[in-house]
Amino acid sequence: MEGANRYEQPIEGHFGQHGGRFVAETLMHALDELAALYDSAILDPEFQRELQRDMETYVGRPSPLYFAERLTREFGGAQVYLKREDLNHTGAHKVNNTIGQALLAKRMGKPRVIAETGAGQHGVATATVAARLGLECQVYMGAEDIKRQSPNVYRMKLLGAEVIPVTSGSRTLKDAMNEALRDWVTNVDNTHYIIGTVAGPDPYPRMVRDFQSVIGREARAQCLEQFGRLPDTLVACVGGGSNAIGLFYPFIDDASVRMVGVEAAGRGLDSGAHAAPLNAGQVGVLHGNRTYLMQSDDGQIMETHSISAGLDYPGVGPEHSHLLDIGRAEYAAATDDEAMAAFRQLNIMEGILPALESSHALAWVASHAGQMDPDQIIVVNLSGRGDKDIFTVAELDGISL
Amino acid sequence: MSRLGVRLGELAGQDRKALVTFITAGDPDTDTTVPALHALVEGGADVIELGVPFSDPEAEGPAIQRSSERALANGVGLNTCLDMVKEFRKNNASTPLVLMGYLNSIIAMGERAFAEAAAEAGVDGLIMVNLPPEEAGPLKLALQDHGLDLIFLLAPTTTPERASKIIEQGSGFLYYVTLKGITGADNLDVQAVGERVAQIKAEARVPVMVGFGIKDAASARALAVHADGVVVGSALVNTMAAGEDPQQLLADLTAQVADLRAGVDSQP
Repeated sequence: MEGANRYEQPIEGHFGQHGGRFVAETLMHALDELAALYDSAILDPEFQRELQRDMETYVGRPSPLYFAERLTREFGGAQVYLKREDLNHTGAHKVNNTIGQALLAKRMGKPRVIAETGAGQHGVATATVAARLGLECQVYMGAEDIKRQSPNVYRMKLLGAEVIPVTSGSRTLKDAMNEALRDWVTNVDNTHYIIGTVAGPDPYPRMVRDFQSVIGREARAQCLEQFGRLPDTLVACVGGGSNAIGLFYPFIDDASVRMVGVEAAGRGLDSGAHAAPLNAGQVGVLHGNRTYLMQSDDGQIMETHSISAGLDYPGVGPEHSHLLDIGRAEYAAATDDEAMAAFRQLNIMEGILPALESSHALAWVASHAGQMDPDQIIVVNLSGRGDKDIFTVAELDGISL
Repeated sequence: MSRLGVRLGELAGQDRKALVTFITAGDPDTDTTVPALHALVEGGADVIELGVPFSDPEAEGPAIQRSSERALANGVGLNTCLDMVKEFRKNNASTPLVLMGYLNSIIAMGERAFAEAAAEAGVDGLIMVNLPPEEAGPLKLALQDHGLDLIFLLAPTTTPERASKIIEQGSGFLYYVTLKGITGADNLDVQAVGERVAQIKAEARVPVMVGFGIKDAASARALAVHADGVVVGSALVNTMAAGEDPQQLLADLTAQVADLRAGVDSQP
């Protein structure tokens, strides 16, 4: 790779026109402190050792790169490999980030952590690390999401966390994030806010990306080891985009590797009922960063729709917006129905129950793998397991569990 | 000189403190907003902050969140706010009025287009809750070109070094947030505010207002002692929400502001 073509690191938290730090003044000092601590921690061998040990012995890393043989035969094209983040402790990629941020909270001496959650996976992952480190933990969750993700709500309670229902706005992930920001502004002295995705004010997008990059680092090494070469295409679902950036980032300077993020097209991009800002949004500022957003002409954030709570968010991590602008990654979208079909297919053909979020990435593979050559390799990030979704799916099937 | 400069200069000359009052545009309905602005002036407000409703008001407490939701349900956005200011200016040419809200409303209109339209409507300044000076460059330039002030906030968590940088950039007035929290909170520590505001005033070239958590004449008086003026928001927004009969609502609002005015003026 020519040095001149290398991907440029963000400058003061800006990814091109995106990113930055758009928050109430009360939080600026906490962000400065967090950025300084993070910048020193990543260079500290002791911190890296601690992180590495937790990733191996607590999360269960490395996660396997699994060849989906029947699925590959079914599609009749590229070979499909699944990066099994669903096998992590707590059942999704989210824990890669919460482990790292909890270690930072411990270093800052903050006894309390808060989080926002949509599908509940990040809430569970936060409650988990809080339990392990003896931190007080409160999780904000939209009242609407509490209804559709009840197993995760109960898991958080079992882990000793308090789940606070959010009844403002659309009662989903974005409103939970507003409420978490309000909590943080009030309790900033003793509280660390563990944002669960690559959005929010600097340093969150680059910090969460770095913690999630373990996915791509492993996948890259596994590809080199198993095939002696890099994969052709990476595919991951994008809500805020943390699992996608985690897979993409270590390949960013490998120009031959195509990167595809898959947003939630909900009931269709033309229906307006979707959550696909990279496909159908405009640039704006929400939750501390500039990025593509689903918004009205006068800048009001729109209510989004997706069958999967974890993708039901009107914004997206600023680095994805930048990767779209510079053409390094491409962003497709899958509808609720396409995701559901892919969800069922993986169950039936591979014996794996995927999260509805990850099923959006699988849906893209279902419609594209067949057009690729059999010697090509697709790596799909299977970002989480779908146990939490069985109630939603059963309801669609008219079954009451 | 801008309306804001004139008014704050007059008050300083008379050794009086400013009363800055906030209501949300379009709450409880669009017809009441302009009469309510006049009612604020009649009660003795020196400066008006008109809240631009936003779908995701991250730094607001329940009172202003709900008012924003009601206003949005009435279809009120930035354009309507500017129309309301135009209407207000037909009968009031002297009271400074600043818009307060969140950056996305401005971005959607475009910084330059907003600055031009705001100046034409009779707006004097802008307070952006989620815009620290580091990110404010383009908007600040656009506003300057049209003689509008961009008002920055300082908080209890702002370090002295950072405060100096913000103070240097301040125009119109500086807004000191009295507490760590959201609007309408009640964890006010008057003595701590006094000490911090004294430090800021020692450096500042523009007046320093204090806001968040000021509910009544007593708290207005207690804080006015330390600053150049006080901002009252949630307490007035609650009055707007409670009114059923519009005429009674306006009378209540004027009476409440007069009471706050008396509090501010009674400080030694």
